[in-house]
Amino acid sequence: MLGVLNVDWKTLADALALGAVYALMAVGIGLVFGVLRLVNFAYGQLVMAGAYALAFASQWNWPGWAGILLCFAIVLTLSLVMDRLVFRPLRTQSPAVMLVATFAVAFLLQSIALLWFGPLGKIASSLAPLNRPVTISGVDIRKIAIVAVIVAALCLLALQLLLTRTTVGLQMRAAAMDFRTARMLGVRANRVIGGAVLISGALAAVVAIMLTVQTPLVTPDFALRDTIVVLAGVVLGGLNRPVPATLGGFAIGFASGLLGGALPTTQSQYLPSILFAAVILVLLVRPNGLFTRDRESLERV
Amino acid sequence: MRRRVVLVQLAAPCALVVAVALLGTLVSRSSEGYFVDSLVKVSIVVALYVFIGNSGVLSFGHVSFVALGAWTAGVLSVPTAEKPAIMPNLAHFLRSTTVGNVPSLLLAALAGGVVALVVGLALMRLSGLAAGIATFGVLEITHNMLRYYEKIGPGLNTFSSVPETTGLLQASVGALVAIGVAFAYQRSRFGRMLRATREDAPAASAVGISVYRQRLGAFVVSGVLAGLAGGLYVHLLPVNTESLYLDLTFVTLAMLVVGGASSLWGAVVGALAVSALDSFLAQAENGVKVLGATLDLPAGTRLVVVGVLMALVLILRPSGLTGGREFPLPRRRRA
Repeated sequence: MLGVLNVDWKTLADALALGAVYALMAVGIGLVFGVLRLVNFAYGQLVMAGAYALAFASQWNWPGWAGILLCFAIVLTLSLVMDRLVFRPLRTQSPAVMLVATFAVAFLLQSIALLWFGPLGKIASSLAPLNRPVTISGVDIRKIAIVAVIVAALCLLALQLLLTRTTVGLQMRAAAMDFRTARMLGVRANRVIGGAVLISGALAAVVAIMLTVQTPLVTPDFALRDTIVVLAGVVLGGLNRPVPATLGGFAIGFASGLLGGALPTTQSQYLPSILFAAVILVLLVRPNGLFTRDRESLERV
Repeated sequence: MRRRVVLVQLAAPCALVVAVALLGTLVSRSSEGYFVDSLVKVSIVVALYVFIGNSGVLSFGHVSFVALGAWTAGVLSVPTAEKPAIMPNLAHFLRSTTVGNVPSLLLAALAGGVVALVVGLALMRLSGLAAGIATFGVLEITHNMLRYYEKIGPGLNTFSSVPETTGLLQASVGALVAIGVAFAYQRSRFGRMLRATREDAPAASAVGISVYRQRLGAFVVSGVLAGLAGGLYVHLLPVNTESLYLDLTFVTLAMLVVGGASSLWGAVVGALAVSALDSFLAQAENGVKVLGATLDLPAGTRLVVVGVLMALVLILRPSGLTGGREFPLPRRRRA
């Protein structure tokens, strides 16, 4: 199978890592969608902000852990500000209006980054050693690939425990199922939404760390294309439930990593076309998502 | 009385376009470009409006029809002698064919319409977020193909040597044509049926309207207009794949939303208002004198201001500056 596709173990590991990172982004987007019915197009710009924090930390020669701390602080603050200034006033609007609004916020943040930091980009190098390969039974695999898969698995596990074993998690799931009834039963809306936004922000910070190790050059459009691909993946999997959304994110990341590594350059330049054509085809057959069982409508009344 | 109201609704946006064009003849040669550009933006935004405004379905993909129109008109307008220089890998048929200005625009419109029909046949089955993401997919695919498939265009190169025929006259005629088509469409029974599906899709299909067919019709009409606008654009300035991608999608959507997505008047007002602001900021980035003081903004301020404006309008006034209504008559306001 691997031989036919001309895939070596290194490509497979990288594809798995990309899938893991995209799965985390998908969870971040899916959590906020669950409680707010809002597709956050500006999610990539949270990642971008975190990446800039890491880049500046390494420019100031901060130790690695301080940079990671700064990254979390910046991304979480920005998430809360975004929730307060944009998401909250938009809560009553239709999903389409909210999508356009977050599209605007995404461009706004990107232009601010362009204005402040310039188009050339900065290098985040403090975690660069993770990019070196280790040799496992004769195969060179980049450390970050292993770290990414493990970190993603741990994050998902922690999230799963949070959602199933804590009161906040229970309330979040209740809110995702039926927000109005949940509120009637005493769930505090702002607290649940704030919780979802914070977790989603923390995931964005983790993604920023993973992505800057793989791509140390941080530019204003950092993670923009990844967000578009992940959004396609999330819709592909099924937005309504967290597990299908995560699977969709992982699937599209894995497929894109695998195809990107396996195809010769003359064909891999058409990778976005192949990917998005596949997404559109799947959506035509299963508009509600690939990994959903029941036929529930995307738009709820 | 009703007839007069209807005519005013058509005349008001047309008058605005003509006024902008006339104003453009008064200013210096260098500022004239801004006026022409704003008129081309009017065509693009009106094309967006025909689908988004009438159907209420979001589309991030219309810039791909603009890009296809630009490619069609551009490839067919570059003089044969200069084609090998900018498009070395062009297909044989395209290498030897060159058409005039007006035919190139018509073919651009045709290309936009045909592709919109093919894409729409599949995509119009989707709704809501799936439709939004799928139209994004169309934009990605078009951008990717035009960028690397060099048999049909310059690929990564810029479309230079296209005759620059889009001046104030051609841009304003183009905008007027777009407004006329959009107006005729929204007054027709098809436009009304589509608007009924926008307000209440289940009720509309209960009285026998096919949501799919009406959306497809509007998608094709707006594809034709977007293709035409792309043709106008490539005759205005040397474009490349990057200038017909996310930034243009963002700016034109912002224009539509700021003006008010559910009326033709809103689309035209939004396009012109945001263009005016954008042009002023572009000047200010190079330093401009305002009330005696020199205003010199850092490069990149434009998108920040437009982004803030769009976000503010969406949060504070989601139906746009015009409230999504057609041009109101002073005395006889329509409820």
